[in-house]
Amino acid sequence: MADAHALRDTHPVHEELGGYEGAKLGMWLFLATELLLFGVLFAGFAIFHAEYVEPFKLAHHSLDKIMGGANTIILILSSLTAVLALDSVQRGKRKLANTFLALTIVFASGFLVVKYFEYSGKFQHNIFPGNAEQIVDPKSEDHHTYIKVSDYIAREGLTGDAALEVTEGVNLFFTYYFVMTAIHGLHVVIGMTIIGILLYKNMRGRYSHWYYTPIENGTLYWHLVDLIWIYLFPLFYLVR
Amino acid sequence: MHIPDQESRGHILPRGTYLATGAALLFLTVITVAASYVDWGAMTGLGFAANIIVAMFIATIKALLVIMFFMHMKYESKLTWGFGLLYPLVIFAILVTFLAIDVFLRVVPEKPGVILEQEETSLQIETPAPLRGVATDELAVANENR
Repeated sequence: MADAHALRDTHPVHEELGGYEGAKLGMWLFLATELLLFGVLFAGFAIFHAEYVEPFKLAHHSLDKIMGGANTIILILSSLTAVLALDSVQRGKRKLANTFLALTIVFASGFLVVKYFEYSGKFQHNIFPGNAEQIVDPKSEDHHTYIKVSDYIAREGLTGDAALEVTEGVNLFFTYYFVMTAIHGLHVVIGMTIIGILLYKNMRGRYSHWYYTPIENGTLYWHLVDLIWIYLFPLFYLVR
Repeated sequence: MHIPDQESRGHILPRGTYLATGAALLFLTVITVAASYVDWGAMTGLGFAANIIVAMFIATIKALLVIMFFMHMKYESKLTWGFGLLYPLVIFAILVTFLAIDVFLRVVPEKPGVILEQEETSLQIETPAPLRGVATDELAVANENR
């Protein structure tokens, strides 16, 4: 026990101890600003959802629940591997932490690959932010047959304000969809970079059970990415 | 090797806690997808909002699991609880509340364009003839005084 105390008092990391709590508090304050960044977008989405109930429902069905669900599972697994990486470092198992950090990056890449297929699928049907030419036909059996918004309006016999409401609502939905998922995607890329740097430094032995503050804060950021998606997924994909 | 300052650093949770949290999150994901196929609005009489409420409720449970266990908030200091979680949530609640009050309760005149048109036409009818007369008289008086 005496040895342990001597070790602790002479180890340079001892000075780091006071900074540990402060660093975590600082990270949480940063995460709070992220809540406000996404919060205004969520609030805007909720308001337009209430204003354009039917068009939003129509546009909702153009998103693939399977792809969205797969990405949710991928992100949850990546969050699990991230926290297990931190746990491994805390337990002094540095090499195991490398494996978990690498797995986190693999899952993050998987998320981006699925997102790429989703985005390119939408672009193929001329669906862009604020300008969606087509939607998935709500009457189609397979939920993958697209119909032009103008054709849908003509088929439903909508004119005047009702026709305008559908066009405006569908366009607004896709504006929010693209803006929010793109900002979230940017967070995934930044998170991957952070985890990558942590992996590189951990491989070089920069972290140990003495000192793992960057790993803790880095994984906190990654959990935030997961947290945002937990709300994005039901809001965009899971509406009847 | 003995870890001397383990107590003063972050909490080390049993690995089973993380695995159980992960399993619960995956389970709730399946539940929320399944719940999206149920018409909760017809069952509760709340309309389209019912499905959103159910989805947001499950999402909030998932978010709390991530925050409490993956992000270790359960074991953080009161300072971190206050500034990192409660304070931003209160700010966010204020933002959403007043935004909702403004958007849903703001009174807009039924057809503002019509009122403006009426005012303009009444002005046009009354103004031209007398104004011109007044202007010329005043101009004449002003010229005489010179």
